[in-house]
Amino acid sequence: MFDYDKWQEIFGTIRKNKLRTFLTALGVWWGIFMLIVLMGAGTGLENGVFSLFGSHARNALYVWTQRTTLPYMGLPPGRNARLNNDDIQALVMHFENEIEYMAPRLWVNGGEIIHKDKKAAFDVRGESPDIVHIDAFQLADGRFINPLDMKNRRKVIVIGKRVVETFFEKNENPIGEYLKIQGVDYLIVGTFKSDRRGEDAEEDEKTIFMPLTTAQQVTNNPNFIGWFVCTIDQKYKVSDVQDKITGLLKERHKIHPDDEQGVRSNSTEQEVKELNGLFTGIKLLVWFVGIGSLFAGVIGVGNIMLIIVKDRTKEIGIRKAMGATPRSIVSMILLESIFITTIAGYLGLLSSIGLVYLMSVAAGTDVPFFLNPQIKLGVGVAAVLILVIAGALTGLVPALQASRINPVEALRDE
Amino acid sequence: MIELRNIRKSYRTEYTNLEVLKGIDLTIEQGEMVSIIGSSGSGKSTLLNILGILDEYDVGEYRLDGHLIKNISETQAAKYRNSFLGFVFQSFNLLSFKNAAENVALPLYYQKMDRKKRIDLAIDYLDRVGLKDWAYHLPNQMSGGQQQRVAIARALVSQPKVILADEPTGALDSKTSHEVMEIFEQVNREGITVIIVTHENDIAERTKRIIHLKDGLIE
Repeated sequence: MFDYDKWQEIFGTIRKNKLRTFLTALGVWWGIFMLIVLMGAGTGLENGVFSLFGSHARNALYVWTQRTTLPYMGLPPGRNARLNNDDIQALVMHFENEIEYMAPRLWVNGGEIIHKDKKAAFDVRGESPDIVHIDAFQLADGRFINPLDMKNRRKVIVIGKRVVETFFEKNENPIGEYLKIQGVDYLIVGTFKSDRRGEDAEEDEKTIFMPLTTAQQVTNNPNFIGWFVCTIDQKYKVSDVQDKITGLLKERHKIHPDDEQGVRSNSTEQEVKELNGLFTGIKLLVWFVGIGSLFAGVIGVGNIMLIIVKDRTKEIGIRKAMGATPRSIVSMILLESIFITTIAGYLGLLSSIGLVYLMSVAAGTDVPFFLNPQIKLGVGVAAVLILVIAGALTGLVPALQASRINPVEALRDE
Repeated sequence: MIELRNIRKSYRTEYTNLEVLKGIDLTIEQGEMVSIIGSSGSGKSTLLNILGILDEYDVGEYRLDGHLIKNISETQAAKYRNSFLGFVFQSFNLLSFKNAAENVALPLYYQKMDRKKRIDLAIDYLDRVGLKDWAYHLPNQMSGGQQQRVAIARALVSQPKVILADEPTGALDSKTSHEVMEIFEQVNREGITVIIVTHENDIAERTKRIIHLKDGLIE
């Protein structure tokens, strides 16, 4: 119910003590402002960093080999095991349930790549059809490498956006054209663009894919692969499967089980986990600092309210003589405290959301590690609730004090 | 209307026990106009505070309009003050940020009367003390006499049975004192009990009954 006199009371006090009210409100305003801006920035940082992954599978596992460092089964250290098709076959069979997609790869020395009168150098890789499910790229045009390409070792390629831009004019359609790599013509069947952001994307798009089998043939590496990437079914923990896979490979290649170097692997799960840990830390810090400054602001309001009550001892005495009940006095002081904190907090909320929005507009998509800073609705609502409750709590002590004022003391003429 | 039986009140501090009222027996009938006179320290203000349910007493019985006023809650006390009593103070005690009409309407606010209605009623009462044209002025725009008349209007607006006035003319010159006393007399003629605490003899002499208080006892 709208109680005109109560509000008139509050505005009366506020009007009489503009500076004091302003400074009080400033504390609360700053508290909520800091909390929201910090949280917005934190979310922006998180979004930014995770966007570097793009649509890249979060459950991917990379495996490659390096020189062994331990002697094993009569073999000296320093050997370099080479992964091959049979390894892949064995893994796929052995980990039928665990492995979701499997994409063995092989580097090809592309040398100078030629199209008509244009020459340029790009990364060339033999890839498997499954890679579309793992890496962060999207087919822009045409098709990707398919099983038939693999089987027939077709000389077809899928090229990145940068490659297209290098060799073709804007109005040209690269599909159906040929690129000459190491003296051999390859038919372009598709183009792709990266799903990641910034430099990563640019690097990705400077790549040419050909069927793995074709790559094995032209590099005279029958049966061998360079390394592979696979994804692990969501039901399993990547780190568990990771050890089993490397274990099996070590066994197959007679590498000491404790050799850290022989078979190496890396998973995005690990990266995601580390980042998640980092952001949990950042969030905790943000909440700590934000709540801390909010708390300081609220304490400030409580303090001021105590002084206000002291200031208004006489007035409260008069009201009591006129028949004010303790309850009406408590509600008057409480309402004032809630009013100041809520208005200040609401303004803080508005201005901080404004700033977060400006940050988001200013940052756009160009600032690395920063994307879409935002405030979740729930957080905003929670902040407002915290404010109202905090306002009530801070007002409570002064309000109770006010209700205990003895009218005789208050009305005594000095 | 007012019945006091053997009222005692003392203020204890850490070192002393100051007995202010030493057994007051007093009956004031409805419609009386009484003054309580005594030198400072005689206990007259304490007595008025007890009558106004602003302060508690240690021993005895106080009945207001038949109700025993003893060990009652703050809320109950507020209710009695609001419905039975009207206060007039030496220093007026108007709220400085409220205009005359709002000040007068304050007791009605605590009776939860509708705003429009209570302001109208407040203006009626201001008219009765001759200040209708000043209804929307703030207290600091008025003279002391005018302020005290606003305070009397405020005391009357809730239609109390008893008006308690603590040195109502203490801050006024003799001409305005005279005017204020005339208002009290007019109020009393309407049947409202008026109790005035004062140390000025000429004020006391304008009432129908004078109670002399000395060292906590009625002489």
